[in-house]
Amino acid sequence: MIANLLAKSYARTAVAALVALVFAIVVTSIVLSVSGFNPPSTFQAMFDFGKEPDSVVNTVNRAAAYYLSALAVAIGFRMNLFNIGVDGQYRLAAMLAAAAGGAWALPPGLRQVVIILVAVVVGGAWAGIAAILKVTRGVSEVISTIMLNFIGTGVIAFLLSPNRLAAKVAGSNNIGTKPIGSSGRVPGISYPGSDLKIYGLVLLAVLAGLGFWFVINRTRFGFDLRATGLSQSAAVASGVDAKRMVVIAMVLSGAVAGLVGMPQLLGGSYSYSLDFPTGIGFTGIGIALLGRNNPVGIAFASLLWAFLDQSSQILEFNDIPKEIVAITQAAVLLSVVVVYEIVNRVGRRMDQRRVAAELGEAAA
Amino acid sequence: MSTTEPAVELHGITKRFPGVVANHDIDITVAAGTVHAIVGENGAGKSTLMKILYGMQRPDEGTIKVNGEVADLHSPSDAIARGIGMVHQHFMLADNLTVLENVVLGAERLHGIGGGARRRIREISDQYGLGVEPDRLVEDLGVGARQRVEILKVLYRGARILILDEPTAVLVPQEVDELFANLEDLKREGLTVIFISHKLDEVLKVADAITVIRRGTTVASADPKEVSARQLAELMVGSELPVPELRESTVTDVPVLTMENVTVRDATGRAVVDGVSLTIHEGEILGIAGVEGNGQAELVEAIMGMLPAESGVIRLGGEDLSGRSTRRRREMGVGFIPEDRHRHGLLLESPLWENRVLGHQTRSPNVKGILIDRAGARRDTERIVEEYDVRTPGIDVSADSLSGGNQQKLIVGREMSGNPKLLIAAHPTRGVDVGAQAAIWDHLRRARAEGLAVLLISADLDELIGMSDTLRVILRGRLVGEADPATITPDELGSLMTGAAEGSVA
Ligand SMILES: Nc1ncnc2c1ncn2[C@@H]1O[C@H](COP(=O)(O)OP(=O)(O)OP(=O)(O)O)[C@@H](O)[C@H]1O
Ligand SMILES: [Mg+2]
Repeated sequence: MIANLLAKSYARTAVAALVALVFAIVVTSIVLSVSGFNPPSTFQAMFDFGKEPDSVVNTVNRAAAYYLSALAVAIGFRMNLFNIGVDGQYRLAAMLAAAAGGAWALPPGLRQVVIILVAVVVGGAWAGIAAILKVTRGVSEVISTIMLNFIGTGVIAFLLSPNRLAAKVAGSNNIGTKPIGSSGRVPGISYPGSDLKIYGLVLLAVLAGLGFWFVINRTRFGFDLRATGLSQSAAVASGVDAKRMVVIAMVLSGAVAGLVGMPQLLGGSYSYSLDFPTGIGFTGIGIALLGRNNPVGIAFASLLWAFLDQSSQILEFNDIPKEIVAITQAAVLLSVVVVYEIVNRVGRRMDQRRVAAELGEAAA
Repeated sequence: MSTTEPAVELHGITKRFPGVVANHDIDITVAAGTVHAIVGENGAGKSTLMKILYGMQRPDEGTIKVNGEVADLHSPSDAIARGIGMVHQHFMLADNLTVLENVVLGAERLHGIGGGARRRIREISDQYGLGVEPDRLVEDLGVGARQRVEILKVLYRGARILILDEPTAVLVPQEVDELFANLEDLKREGLTVIFISHKLDEVLKVADAITVIRRGTTVASADPKEVSARQLAELMVGSELPVPELRESTVTDVPVLTMENVTVRDATGRAVVDGVSLTIHEGEILGIAGVEGNGQAELVEAIMGMLPAESGVIRLGGEDLSGRSTRRRREMGVGFIPEDRHRHGLLLESPLWENRVLGHQTRSPNVKGILIDRAGARRDTERIVEEYDVRTPGIDVSADSLSGGNQQKLIVGREMSGNPKLLIAAHPTRGVDVGAQAAIWDHLRRARAEGLAVLLISADLDELIGMSDTLRVILRGRLVGEADPATITPDELGSLMTGAAEGSVA
């Protein structure tokens, strides 16, 4: 019966997500029809394009970054900390890691490890500033991380200039860090039917997810973290040092944020330039919400998000603005919260009816 | 409104939760203008029934009539609209808001949110002698004061039918008397009060009618003029009324906790604990008597390391505790039964076995190295559930699905685990039925015989006198007197607590 109930709670989450998705598709259909497009054929086109091998590779690669970003957000959420600064953390981390990777010609193996370590340390340190401000000065992490995003953007702009950490990319107007040599790259994984490669460090995202699950659910530290999130006063009475937890969780969140840019940096672009993707940190907040801060839920949410991003590319060929997908995504997010609440209530009622049936009227 | 109509009629009420039937075919009629008491053991279904009447939970079956009319209550606002108000067993106040904000929240339309509301709060507070200050932060209030805010909140909304779920559990006798005087006033004004309590003497004193609930169903109605507390206890749990008492002394001369001149100040610089010195020995239970809000909570938090002591020394078994974290102190063998179990004792949304780990998350059987030992924690939770008679369908249900008294038993069982040297017990039997009270006292006596030192704080003066080897009285943060538990009566202790009598009563 326990396993039964547990399975149920997962089932509820899944049902809620599906209902939200259906709702989002309905909303999108309405918008499409009103704008004079045919919804079924539009979706068909997206779906057909989305399942092409190249699209699958792009989807997976993009999902890996989303996944890491959402995990970083979820670490904070689990103890009611709002790390809005994942965006600044991962960009600064990727930039400095790229610069270090381009500059230091270390032996293969070690070189990748050092690059990733630099990213983790930079991400953690950047988030750590917000943590220190919170525990010493009581500054809300929401405010400080948003500010740190702006400052991070400024720092990157300052450092990413030709006489500092960057150089002009040959044959373009782009500016980027010195490319990481082949000894520092991570080979990709081929996907049948596509010339594109799945980034090798997609596996890093998988590992991070497993690590997240293990640490949160199985370790003392994870217990303290969850307890703090559930009831700060009870956690403190139980012997948790609340300030220390804030610092550790925030730094950890930033460290994971530092990983966000790594699959692409070491697997595709090899340098941090002006066109390195931005905004993944914000997307991660939505994905963490959709995945209910749970590593499995976040995995599905990341894939869905990346799939929508990828398949929307075809829309422009049909003269449909691809921003239509943003409507779908927003509708999913807004509705999932409400739907989850409803599904949960219905589920509980069904539970109670089932109990009633099992116990029969003789009980009491 | 015709006075012959009963204020409340509950008929055939049944309510099921996963794994338990909380209410089964309950019938109760409450006459208007009376105080109607509901008694029953922990988990009998009293709170559930009241939540149904207050619209917080929907009955699976049955009908509710209010003032003769069938009422279909979907939410508390439906209940409030019919003049029903409820003070819950556990506080429902927002800690970080002021009293005023808490009271007007959701009732903004009545008297606004500013001066008008403040005036009305003062008015009610004066009228019923509640002593509520509208502009204080709820966070800074003790349990008794919070209780009064809850009552005020209900009166503010103009309730004519008041549900009080264990309103006296944390009040000392004087406060209880005041409350009961208030209830008399309310009754005279035609209000109806439904009142739940485990303190049977009190029930007999104020109630006009008594309904006994057992295993979710009404088993008897009793006339308070005709039954005794003993008979009532038998009706409730089928057992006799337990008496708190210590037999032979087990006090040794080995000090466990020593405090010398400890002072704690609040944010405004006032000394809330003022130069307290005391020693508790192995095998000794030291009771602290005092009206709630005289520094007991701060004293406890200073010992636990949750509040810094400004000056003075606290030692455990000869070791200075200053600079040691709460966790370290717990590891050194300090058990802690907090006065507010929801705020400091439980993770309400987590399963029981995770709550077993709480506060003991660095020690076996809950952990192995840096990992949580799920099997060990679960096994030990089963043991606690068994030994402390926690009534629950299993250890995987969340803590908030346990009745209040059963939550308390779980906490007591947890804090007595792992052979603590010192137990800080604030209201250890709060909300616990008479049968389980006896069991908790037994556990305390047994641990005391094995050398446990206990700092006991309780609003129940019989418990305090009966279970203490030594009694100290706290008033405005100072230990003002000492009393001999062998000879003192509750009345004498009561006057010491309010500062009416000076010095010691030997
Ligand atoms: N939300 C809930 N989910 C599941 N079970 C519940 C829930 N609320 C109460 N119960 C169960 O219903 C039964 C009755 O609980 P209730 O809180 O009404 O008891 P009570 O008479 O108020 O006891 P106490 O004196 O300990 O407060 C208990 O077995 C309890 O575990
Ligand atoms: Mg109750």
